[in-house]
Amino acid sequence: MPKTSITREDSHTISLFVANKPGVLLRICLVFSRRGFNIESLVVSPAIDGRFSRMTITANGDKNVLEQIIKQCAKLIDVVHASEHDSSYSIEQEFALIKVRLKPKNRSEILQLVQHVQGESIDFSDNTLILKIVGESKKIDTCITMLEPYGILEMVRSGKMVITKGKSET
Amino acid sequence: MTKKTLNGAESLIKCLENHGVEHIFGYPGGAAIPIFDAIYDSSIKLILVRHEQGATHMADGYARATGKPGVVLVTSGPGATNTVTGLLTANMDSVPMIVICGQQITPVLGKDAFQEADVFGITAPVVKHSYLVKDPNDIPRIVKESFFISATGRPGPVLIDVPKDVSSSPCTTNIDDCDMDLPGFSKPEKPSIKDIKKLANTIKGSKKPLLLIGHGVIISQAHKQVLALAEKLGAPVTSTLLGMGGFPENHSLSVGFLGMHGTAYANKAVAECDLIFSIGSRWDDRITPAKIERFCPGAKKCHIDIDPAEINKILVPDASCVGDAKLILESLIPMVEPLDTKDWLKKTQKNKKKYPLSYKIHGGLKAQHVIDELCKLTNGDATVTTDVGQHQMWTAQFYNFKRPEQWITSGGAGTMGFGFPAAIGAQFGQPEQTVIAICGDGGFQMTLFELSTAVIHKLPIKIVIIDNKYLGMVRQWQELFFDDRLSGVDMVGNPDFVKLAKSYGAKAFRIKRPADVKKVLKQALDYNEGPCVIHAEVIKQDNVFPMVPAGAAAEDMIISRPTTKLQKPKGST
Repeated sequence: MPKTSITREDSHTISLFVANKPGVLLRICLVFSRRGFNIESLVVSPAIDGRFSRMTITANGDKNVLEQIIKQCAKLIDVVHASEHDSSYSIEQEFALIKVRLKPKNRSEILQLVQHVQGESIDFSDNTLILKIVGESKKIDTCITMLEPYGILEMVRSGKMVITKGKSET
Repeated sequence: MTKKTLNGAESLIKCLENHGVEHIFGYPGGAAIPIFDAIYDSSIKLILVRHEQGATHMADGYARATGKPGVVLVTSGPGATNTVTGLLTANMDSVPMIVICGQQITPVLGKDAFQEADVFGITAPVVKHSYLVKDPNDIPRIVKESFFISATGRPGPVLIDVPKDVSSSPCTTNIDDCDMDLPGFSKPEKPSIKDIKKLANTIKGSKKPLLLIGHGVIISQAHKQVLALAEKLGAPVTSTLLGMGGFPENHSLSVGFLGMHGTAYANKAVAECDLIFSIGSRWDDRITPAKIERFCPGAKKCHIDIDPAEINKILVPDASCVGDAKLILESLIPMVEPLDTKDWLKKTQKNKKKYPLSYKIHGGLKAQHVIDELCKLTNGDATVTTDVGQHQMWTAQFYNFKRPEQWITSGGAGTMGFGFPAAIGAQFGQPEQTVIAICGDGGFQMTLFELSTAVIHKLPIKIVIIDNKYLGMVRQWQELFFDDRLSGVDMVGNPDFVKLAKSYGAKAFRIKRPADVKKVLKQALDYNEGPCVIHAEVIKQDNVFPMVPAGAAAEDMIISRPTTKLQKPKGST
C-alpha cells in the first residue's frame, strides 16, 4: 500500500452540506483538530444552490470518536447536515494527476499501463509524463503502486468526492 | 417628517432594546466608540466594568440568574481577547450570552492595524456561533439570530464582531421586521414518544434507581417534573455540581451532589444503584471514572439531553431521548409506575446518617462553619456564586439549595475569578434577592477590581473571602499525592482584604474566631447600602473530604483525611 493511500481500514468518508460563508471551514477543521484528528482529504465546492457548499472529508481514526466528530459538525450552526457515507449506496470518485519519470526504455510499458487503467496522458516532456486518472480511490492507490517502480516525481490527488445514488440526497 | 437613518451602531443598540436588553456590561475603546455613542441615547443601562473578563462573568451571572442572555460590549484587540475566558466559561456551562466586539475598519483587517486581532478566529472554539459583520444592513438579522441561537436548544455564547466602518455606516434595513437565515440550525427535536416509552420500560422493575440531575434541569425549568418523577418512582435524587437547585436538598429523597467531592451517600448510591437516569447531565469527568465501565457497573443507564451530541459521547445508555427535559418528563411521568424501593431508600437513608457531611466547630475557624452559618442565617434562600476550588466544594456541601437559578458557579471551565463578577451580574438580574459571592483568596484577587463596579451601583452583594492563604485545592493535591511538596500554592503577600475593600469604598468585616461567625455574618447580611466584604481568616491546613481521586470510581472514595500515602491519580486532573 503506498504511503499516500487514503483507503485505509479505519478510513471514513464524511459528506457535509454547509452554508457557503467565510469561517465555515475553520469551524469544521476545529472539530477535527481539537480531537487530534488529521483530515486526509477535503473537497469543497459550491452546491447547485450557490448559498450552500458541499464538502467531502476523509479522515482516519477510531469509529466512536468519528461518530462524535460528525455529531459535533452537525451541531455547527452553518452545517445543514453531516453524515458518514459508505460505498454501498453512494458513488465515490477521485481525480489524480501523476507526474512520472520517463525513460526511453520504459516509455511504451508506461503508456500501456496508462491505457489499461483508462488513464490519460496529458503532458509529455523529454523525460516526464503527466497522467490523469479518475476513479475510486482504491484504483488510484493501485495505479500509484504500479507506477512507483518507474519513479513518481509529483502527484496531486483531489481527494474523495461522494454523491449518493438514486433520488436520495447526499 | 423623514425618519432619521440610523447608522450600524444605532441600529445595533435599537435591536438590543427591542430584544428586551436592560443592561450591557461593557468597556470602551477606539473601535467601539460608535456603539458606546449609540448607548448614550438608549434606555439600556451601561455597566462600566474594570476589565473585560469581569464583564463576561457579570453577563454570565446575569444570564444564570434570569435565564435571559447577558450582553457584553467591548472594543477590538485586547478588549476582545480579554473575553475569551468568559466565553469559555459560558460555553462549557451552556450559558446564553451575547458578546459584541468593536473591530478595526474593514479595509485594514488582516493588516496588523492598531488593536486589530482575528477575534472571529481566536474565539471560534469557545462560542456556540459567531459573526464578523461586513454590511451594516445585516445587523438587524444578525442580532435576531444571535439571541435565537444563544437561548434556543442548548444555550451558549454568541460573538458579534463589528468593524468600526460598519458601525458608522448607514443601516437602511427595517430593524423591526427582518427574517433569520439559519438553514443549518437544528431546532431542538420534539421528543420521540418511542424513545420515551423505551425510557419507561427501562425504568420498570428497577429496585435501586437513582436520578441524576444536571444543569439541563435548571435550564429547561424541569424542577417540578423532576420532583414529581422522583416522588412517583420513589427514587433518590443526586445532582451534578451545576444541577444543584434543581431538586430541594432538604427533601428526603435528595442525596446531595455526587462526584469528586460529592457526598459519600451520593457516591455510595452511584456505586450500588441498578439504574441511573441522567436528566440533563453530560456524564462529565468529575462524576464518572476514566474507565467508564467502572461507572455504576451493572446498572442500566438512561439519558435525556437536548444536545444529540451528548448521547453516546461518554457512555452508551440503555435508553435515551433527545429533547427538552421538561417536555420529556411530562410525557414520561404518566408512563411509569411506582417502584419497589423501600429497601433501597432505607439503605440510602442509613448512609446519609452514617456518612454525614461534617466539620469540627473548634480548633480554629473553618470555612465549612462560615458557609453553614450563612445558609442558616439566609434560610437557604440566597443566590450564591463561587470561584473554583476548596471554597466552591465546601459551599456545594454546606449551603443547601432549593430553587433553580440560586446557585451560580463555574463548573465545566473551573474559572477562578468567576464568583465575584458573576454575583454582580446576578444582583442586577435578581435585585430583590440576597446575593452572596463566596470566593477564595486566590480567585478573588483575579477580579477584585470589580469592587469599583459594585460600589458605584451600590449593589448589596456580600463577598465572603474564604482566606486560607493558600491555593487550597492544589495544595490539597500536593499534600495527598505529591508527598506534601508544596509548589506555587503559598499566597504569601495577600493584602489586608478589609483595608482593600474600604479603599474602594465598600463596607468590610473580618471573622477570625468561630465565636464571631454568627454575629459578624448577621451584621454583614443586615448591611444593604452597598457591597460588603467579609474576610474570613480560616485555618490554613483544612482539606475537602470526601474525595474521589480523579479518574477513580465512586467506591474508591476517601471519606476523611488518609493516614497512609496515596497513589497518584491516573485520571484527568
